[in-house]
Amino acid sequence: MENMVNVYFFGKKYSVPADLTIMTAMEYAGYTLNRGCGCRHGFCGACATIYRIKGKNELKTCLACQTQVQEGMYVASIPFFPTDKRTYDINEIRPTQQIMMELYPEIYSCIGCNACTKACTQDLNVMQYIAYAQRGEFEKCAEESFDCVSCGCCATRCPAGISHPMVGLLARRLTGKYIAPETEHLANRVEEINSGAYDELIEQIMQKPITEMKELYNTREIEK
Amino acid sequence: MFTAEMQESIKKVEATRAERMKTEPRRMTAEEKETLLKAYHPDYREDGFVEIKIGPNKGQKVPTELGHLLHSNSRLLTDKVDLNKVDYDVDVLVIGGGGAGSSAAIEAHEAGANVMIVTKLRIGDANTMMAEGGIQAADKENDSPVQHYLDAFGGGHFAARPELLRRLVMEAPDAIQWLNKLGVMFDKDEDGRMVTTHGGGTSRKRMHACKDYSGAEIMRTLRDEVINRQIPVVEFTSAVELIKDEKGQIAGAVLLNMETGDYLVAKAKTVVIATGGAGRLHYQNFPTSNHYGATADGLVLGYRAGAPLLYQDTIQYHPTGVAYPAQIFGALVTEKVRSLGAMLVNVDGEAFMHPLETRDVSAASIIRECSDRGKGVTTPLGSGVWLDTPMIEMIGGPGTIEKRIPAMLRMYLNYDIDMRKEPILIYPTLHYQNGGLEIGGEGFTKAIDNLLVAGEAVGGIHGRNRLMGNSLLDIIVFGRNAGKAAAAKAKTVELGTMNIDHVAAYAEELKAAGIETNDVSPLLLPKYARHER
Repeated sequence: MENMVNVYFFGKKYSVPADLTIMTAMEYAGYTLNRGCGCRHGFCGACATIYRIKGKNELKTCLACQTQVQEGMYVASIPFFPTDKRTYDINEIRPTQQIMMELYPEIYSCIGCNACTKACTQDLNVMQYIAYAQRGEFEKCAEESFDCVSCGCCATRCPAGISHPMVGLLARRLTGKYIAPETEHLANRVEEINSGAYDELIEQIMQKPITEMKELYNTREIEK
Repeated sequence: MFTAEMQESIKKVEATRAERMKTEPRRMTAEEKETLLKAYHPDYREDGFVEIKIGPNKGQKVPTELGHLLHSNSRLLTDKVDLNKVDYDVDVLVIGGGGAGSSAAIEAHEAGANVMIVTKLRIGDANTMMAEGGIQAADKENDSPVQHYLDAFGGGHFAARPELLRRLVMEAPDAIQWLNKLGVMFDKDEDGRMVTTHGGGTSRKRMHACKDYSGAEIMRTLRDEVINRQIPVVEFTSAVELIKDEKGQIAGAVLLNMETGDYLVAKAKTVVIATGGAGRLHYQNFPTSNHYGATADGLVLGYRAGAPLLYQDTIQYHPTGVAYPAQIFGALVTEKVRSLGAMLVNVDGEAFMHPLETRDVSAASIIRECSDRGKGVTTPLGSGVWLDTPMIEMIGGPGTIEKRIPAMLRMYLNYDIDMRKEPILIYPTLHYQNGGLEIGGEGFTKAIDNLLVAGEAVGGIHGRNRLMGNSLLDIIVFGRNAGKAAAAKAKTVELGTMNIDHVAAYAEELKAAGIETNDVSPLLLPKYARHER
């Protein structure tokens, strides 16, 4: 007999194999997931979940696909959370402190409770990246928030109503577009291609017979 | 949290590490690769395939599970829909909310078209989000689109369609620039030069990355841009059939609200199929690195409407899926782990191959090691070989893993495995559909001139195997192109009366071929609930 544990999905008790994740345990219990299931490998943030271990006070947040079941786990998935994304034209805005104030003014209402950081399923220092955003330090905010999967667990716990993943996303786009240094070799190559510098060469290689292509491929020099 | 047996094997891996690091394993010759693939690659296992009985690819082989879906009927054979009640009327309908669909929608919008995305999960719930390693583009001085073409053409066994591969490599630098201007944070040095590495089968270091969240960083930026432009995205709604008109054009799609079960009618002048891959069909019982919705829906819809498939019998098994622990079985371990220096090592601590052979060769080699050679490490779900990750920190210095592949580190630390100190166990996982619907160089299917396909649902861009980093590239290049082409084409399309007569005709053909079935397709979601398995 497999090693089983008792878990409670939306308050209802199920006995499931102990080595399953919350997600696969729900499927074992018979659920066909529609909401609350995306990439199943910890990258998309679709399976934000809240749980409490029976008899313990602390509420925990996690990704259902990345978390193993435990005895006495009371589980509720969060099928959707109304994070508040503001819209903007990336070509019109600039990385000024002003822009955060305009788009996400509520970040200045942060009371420093750190509930966001405690709730983060990726163990990011969420409150810290919000602090960077407040100060207009977008590059730092971008770096600190980089591994965010936008599950929204932070936002569910925030007394100031901040949509943290959206703040990090704005900082990253500003950093990628405006703050990170421009890539000269990329701009040069795009221009070369647009000017037709490779047109003839690519036509030539497209026309080569397979035997010649095999020879070229098998003897090509590989950069160390 | 390794078993005692695994720990014994780790000691051997550690014992040979210093010696192994002094030499680079030999690359296989062309002949060795061919022999290896024929003997061990799953594409060569006859019992994994069936023959297609009807339609444009009749007589060709297809993975058994996909064949079953092609040999099933439409939901709309029995469920009735009133096509006169049009719920959405747009110029361009994009089916699928991944990287290709989002890129297409952005470009169609940019071109002034009235465009809408439908997706059966959420926008961004897609294989794009999970692509870790990077995106190729020949943008450095020692590289060129021609070199990129050669690598991809050879890596794909000389089977790629030249007009598609040309577009892929020639538009690659522009794709990177487009993403960068949207705000994607590529790994760069302080002078702005891209930090690039090798992938399996590349002859130049042209792999651009955003740590090991490359696809996630691209996808969340594209998603943000779609929302900023206020392009309508109808989520939790899948396309279950294409609608045609009496001229044989595509006229839209019948949609299914996944939550309420209601059918909806979307009328469109052009349709872009961007439904992605098929990993969740679990060909030959392989685990998969794919997202929950990867069930080849677009291939089924397109085929039923008359669009031919190409290379539907070639599948990519990523050599390094998680073999242990069971909770993350089949999850992707990015090729970048090998780009950064980790070797593939067997149970006795021997480096049995060069770590950067192409994916099909690597997968076959690992399968050989674990089967006939008996040099695999036993796991609760099968076997695997070591990926010697501590080498990365010895080569790149302490902190390299946390900086360059943080997602991998986090995934394993969840299960108390510190890949900085211990190697990890891997085995091939079902990763990518090399084949798909056939398109011409402009992105349109050859059979129906207002139906386009982009992304993983396309066949022929890569040939019979795909190089790392060419998929993130293809979704952007072909997604953008499809959006532009669909918007332009929509201006000239005059739709007739909508019908789904092809559904009944397909059913008749099945019957005539001796296939009596009550099963329906597309699948939409895998059957994972215990009572459905």
